[in-house]
Amino acid sequence: MSEKAIQLLSIDKRFGAVHANRAIDLDVKKGTIHGIIGENGAGKSTLMSILYGFYEADSGEIRINGERKRIRSSADAIAAGIGMVHQHFMLVEPMSVVENVMLGAEGGTLTMRGMEKARAEIRRLGADYGLLVDPDAIVGELSVGLQQRVEIIKALFRGAEILILDEPTGVLTPAEAEQLFEVLAELRRQGRTILLITHKLKEIMAITDEVSVMRRGEMVAHRKTAETNPRELAALMVGREIAHPQKGASQAPGAPLLEVENLAVKDARGVMRVSDVSFMVRAGEIVGIAGVSGNGQSELIEAISGMIRRNGGTVTLCGQPVPAEADAAETRNLGLAHVPEDRLRMGLVTSFSAYESAILGHQDRPQFSKGPLIDRDAAIADTEDKMKRFDVRPPDPLLKTANFSGGNQQKIVLAREIETGPDVLIVAQPTRGVDVGAIAFIHRQILDLKAKGKAILLVSVELDEIFALTDRVLVMCGGRVVGERITDETDQNEIGLLMAGMEAAPAIGTPAEMRP
Amino acid sequence: MMETYLGLLNLLDSTLRLAIPLLCACLAGLYSERSGVVDIGLEGKMLAAAFAAAAGAIAFNSAMMGLLLGVIVSVLLALVHGYACITQRGNQIVTGIAINMLAAGLTALLGNAWYREGGRTPQLDGAARFGDLTLPFAEAARNIPVIGTFYAEVISGHPLPVYLALLAVPLTFFLLYRTRWGLRLRAVGENPAAVDTAGVSVARLRYSAVIVCGILCGLGGTYIAAAQAAIFLPNMTAGKGFMALAALIFAKWRPVAALGACLLFGLLEAMAIRLEGVPLPVIGQVPVQAIQALPYLLTVILLAGFVGRAIPPKASGIPYVKER
Amino acid sequence: MSAPLAPLPRWADLALIPLINVTLAFLVSGLVVLAIGESPLEATAIMLRGALGFGEGIGFTLYYTTNFIFAGLAVAVAFHAGLFNIGGEGQAMIGGVGAAMAALLLGTMPSIVALPAAILASALFGAAWGAIPGWLQARRGSHVVITTIMFNFIASALLVYLLVDVFRPPGLMEPSSRVFDAGAKLPFMAQAAAWFGLRMPKSPLNLSFIVALVACLFVWLLIYRSRLGYAFRVVGANPVAARYAGISPERMTIYAMAISGALAGMMAINEILGVQHRLIVGFTSGYGFVGIAVALMGRAHPGGIILAALLFGVLYQGGTELAFDKPTITRDMIVVIQGLVILFAGALEFMFRPALSRLLSRNVAESA
Repeated sequence: MSEKAIQLLSIDKRFGAVHANRAIDLDVKKGTIHGIIGENGAGKSTLMSILYGFYEADSGEIRINGERKRIRSSADAIAAGIGMVHQHFMLVEPMSVVENVMLGAEGGTLTMRGMEKARAEIRRLGADYGLLVDPDAIVGELSVGLQQRVEIIKALFRGAEILILDEPTGVLTPAEAEQLFEVLAELRRQGRTILLITHKLKEIMAITDEVSVMRRGEMVAHRKTAETNPRELAALMVGREIAHPQKGASQAPGAPLLEVENLAVKDARGVMRVSDVSFMVRAGEIVGIAGVSGNGQSELIEAISGMIRRNGGTVTLCGQPVPAEADAAETRNLGLAHVPEDRLRMGLVTSFSAYESAILGHQDRPQFSKGPLIDRDAAIADTEDKMKRFDVRPPDPLLKTANFSGGNQQKIVLAREIETGPDVLIVAQPTRGVDVGAIAFIHRQILDLKAKGKAILLVSVELDEIFALTDRVLVMCGGRVVGERITDETDQNEIGLLMAGMEAAPAIGTPAEMRP
Repeated sequence: MMETYLGLLNLLDSTLRLAIPLLCACLAGLYSERSGVVDIGLEGKMLAAAFAAAAGAIAFNSAMMGLLLGVIVSVLLALVHGYACITQRGNQIVTGIAINMLAAGLTALLGNAWYREGGRTPQLDGAARFGDLTLPFAEAARNIPVIGTFYAEVISGHPLPVYLALLAVPLTFFLLYRTRWGLRLRAVGENPAAVDTAGVSVARLRYSAVIVCGILCGLGGTYIAAAQAAIFLPNMTAGKGFMALAALIFAKWRPVAALGACLLFGLLEAMAIRLEGVPLPVIGQVPVQAIQALPYLLTVILLAGFVGRAIPPKASGIPYVKER
Repeated sequence: MSAPLAPLPRWADLALIPLINVTLAFLVSGLVVLAIGESPLEATAIMLRGALGFGEGIGFTLYYTTNFIFAGLAVAVAFHAGLFNIGGEGQAMIGGVGAAMAALLLGTMPSIVALPAAILASALFGAAWGAIPGWLQARRGSHVVITTIMFNFIASALLVYLLVDVFRPPGLMEPSSRVFDAGAKLPFMAQAAAWFGLRMPKSPLNLSFIVALVACLFVWLLIYRSRLGYAFRVVGANPVAARYAGISPERMTIYAMAISGALAGMMAINEILGVQHRLIVGFTSGYGFVGIAVALMGRAHPGGIILAALLFGVLYQGGTELAFDKPTITRDMIVVIQGLVILFAGALEFMFRPALSRLLSRNVAESA
């Protein structure tokens, strides 16, 4: 048991200014399931990509079964006995299972004989590990759970002794996840080594033998699973770095400004991303949505703001029902402002001048219009003014958006959304990738808005942020609200456990009053 | 009765002749697009090949040398396309347009500079032109009614490139669905990351596909100049590369269906020539242009999914970049 | 993957890279001229003289430039919305049909009525021919590139049909409409100059050149100053941000293709209303495709497009003169240059970026 399947020594990787992995050390014992846990952006995926040859580390050493290896491509990784199940499946959907499995390992110039062998091997693996799947089914027609099986079979077919699974349960139903764990346990029993990347504490506790915790590109702790507990892991994962600003006295909440009832959202594949979510946010109140990312928060706020269609439920803004087909322009007119979770992906246009980004979503407001034209002078003057008040550096409205730092870009977005005087503000991950000085400033702005009697919905994966700002916190897991607490009456551990789906929690004290 | 049948055979014969350049370009596009490289430069590659084949055939007084040169030139252009689209990750459409223009301009320019006849080459004759091959037993079969005449009139009596092009259909089918290379090719156009993570080089695979595309365009161009017309004329491909693109969509990127689509488009073309000014029963006189536009119109309708649905390889048109 | 390269300074991005690419295209063109046994320098001199050396030549140059401005603007507007419209040829043909219909119907009316109507008709018909592929992309998911290629062929067949079977006056052998009445003829520049007592050499240059310049101003206002153009650019640069901003990418795709088609259709103002004064087959002569080279070279900016269109105007007119002087260098040379410009300025746009980025960042490091 003590033989080392994988050893990483001081792995370092940078992408431009981002230090994705710093001096990572890791030992994985043969025949174990080793968990790697950490928040999104902690560097887990980068590390696994290095191990699987997608990137080469800037420095450091990889040893497989004690032997030093240079892994520069997936082919090298496969040759070293490593297989990987990616978060986004690497499958060719219009092709059959057997074709997918044999791709790259066809066993000859012609496929006929190799295909027969592969078919037999798929059946054998299915029987041995409980990985049953029809070799001649078309992959695109299989359920997500079965597609994942194909991925595992693909790796085993290539003789993988070490199997990396990157967030394998993110797309699975609970029952499918249960089956996956049985398969993993069987693989371990038969001597294979498994590296499980996840941000779900529950999975770590359920199946791993050992666990390593990553935070902000660093490996911060190694534990034997039996000797740790979810509380400790949650604390290690989240870390405690943000200074708490003064939240200010909670006021008596006013009228409900944002009401959401039985909201449901399906994605393009028909999978429920948000089910049956109901809550309200009152004037002068900050409600937080905590949760590990990918649990429906993004879809929730995109549905509320009109970016995507909802598949059921109602949304009411300032007493006005929001029509199901309303787009983002319409919800804005109804008094909603939205600081999106990913400013580069949707909040800004990086190739635009700052002033052009600073009117995104507000381009049709009379303030910035001269008939069909944009009132450029007004937009520039307004941006300049906002830049001064939000201390954006450099305060140059004509500078290209891409040339501002993350914090300054975020301030541009925040200023744009706050300064229009919305009644309801949705803020998602407001301090992601933002330097410490800007964090405090951004938090103060949000609290000021609350003091002005606005309703604020804060979505954050940073528990510290939730605790620093909110009056009430909802926890999302698997697309549902799994718990609701008064922020001052709970603690990070309790919320962390809810996030991990560890407890079915009763709602807070007076459910009748708090629920619309 | 016999006369009608012979007329029909005659129509089918010209259908086949007209379909061959389409078929070459269509199969060429199939390889390229199945690998994920959209190629609107089929037209240019065929035109360049037509010129090179004519010039080569004249220079060496050998049709086979014409074929060789036609293929070489076409492959060189294909490599330019590959370098721009695969290595430099440039825009595939822009590259295709550039290749079409380069071919159109260079062939006419060089043709004029070399032969001083306004861009055309001298007529190819004798050994410089692919002669019609009479297949075995064709003469004997002529006396067998229906099937025999069909064999003698339609199947037999074409120049070599016709049979090479027809042979390319089962060969493509075999390569695509029965070999390792074909399996990888089909995969890389749908999800290059799947191929990459399986330890196979995406770039090498795409280059090989683009080269095959060049070879087939070379065959098509050679057929046009050194067999069909026996001369090179500026812009003599006259949009066949684009019609092949339409046929490819029509065939939903499948080899046997590609043959069907090209024959259909060839038939339309053959009919357009015969129907000029001839009134049809019931519908009356059909404008030739309507028949000429039909392939494109049908393709638009198919592509929009009003009737059936043609879904291109998912990754075609997108340069492969490993994502973070 | 290696670390992302340092971004280039704005001047390098906007001027240096295009300059290097275009220079390379011309160098290779020079090699082609050498290969057919002529002197590139002499050829260049003949071209410049032919295009700019005398009044009539300048007139011809600007007449070609007019077409290229419209074609380049058409490609550029679609570019800004993230679309590739290679259907300029077809849109121009259909624009010509519109212009001709208006001109034939209203030609007996005064020019003040007939000409604006015909100009508007060319734009509207072109817009429709562009909007259909736009709609097909937005609502049915068929790729605008393929659809516009198909629409070029369909337009060409339609034009021939209309000319042969509908517009052709009885007794006329060639496929052409009758000549327009006086009201629908756009005055030549020389005529217009005479109104002001100026003398200009006769050439096909006509008032559509002014329309083209107005169109440049219009496109500049549209793209960089209007709310609609802003929406186009958001959709082109970041469709997710568009949805966030409440801008419908689908709707903008249709609008952008319509405006793009309108601009391509307006090429007919020059050719049909300005020069031919009747509808003929093949009046677009591939100018729609030149628009792609012009837009790429002009970086999709109206100012750049004027310059690039002028350059191609010089090439076309100079090339005609050159073909006259040097029969070996036919006008096909211009098509070669076009192809090379598209190849180097478009397809291989980024070829020199890594090297240049290293070079410039090293210089910065050294001077720091």
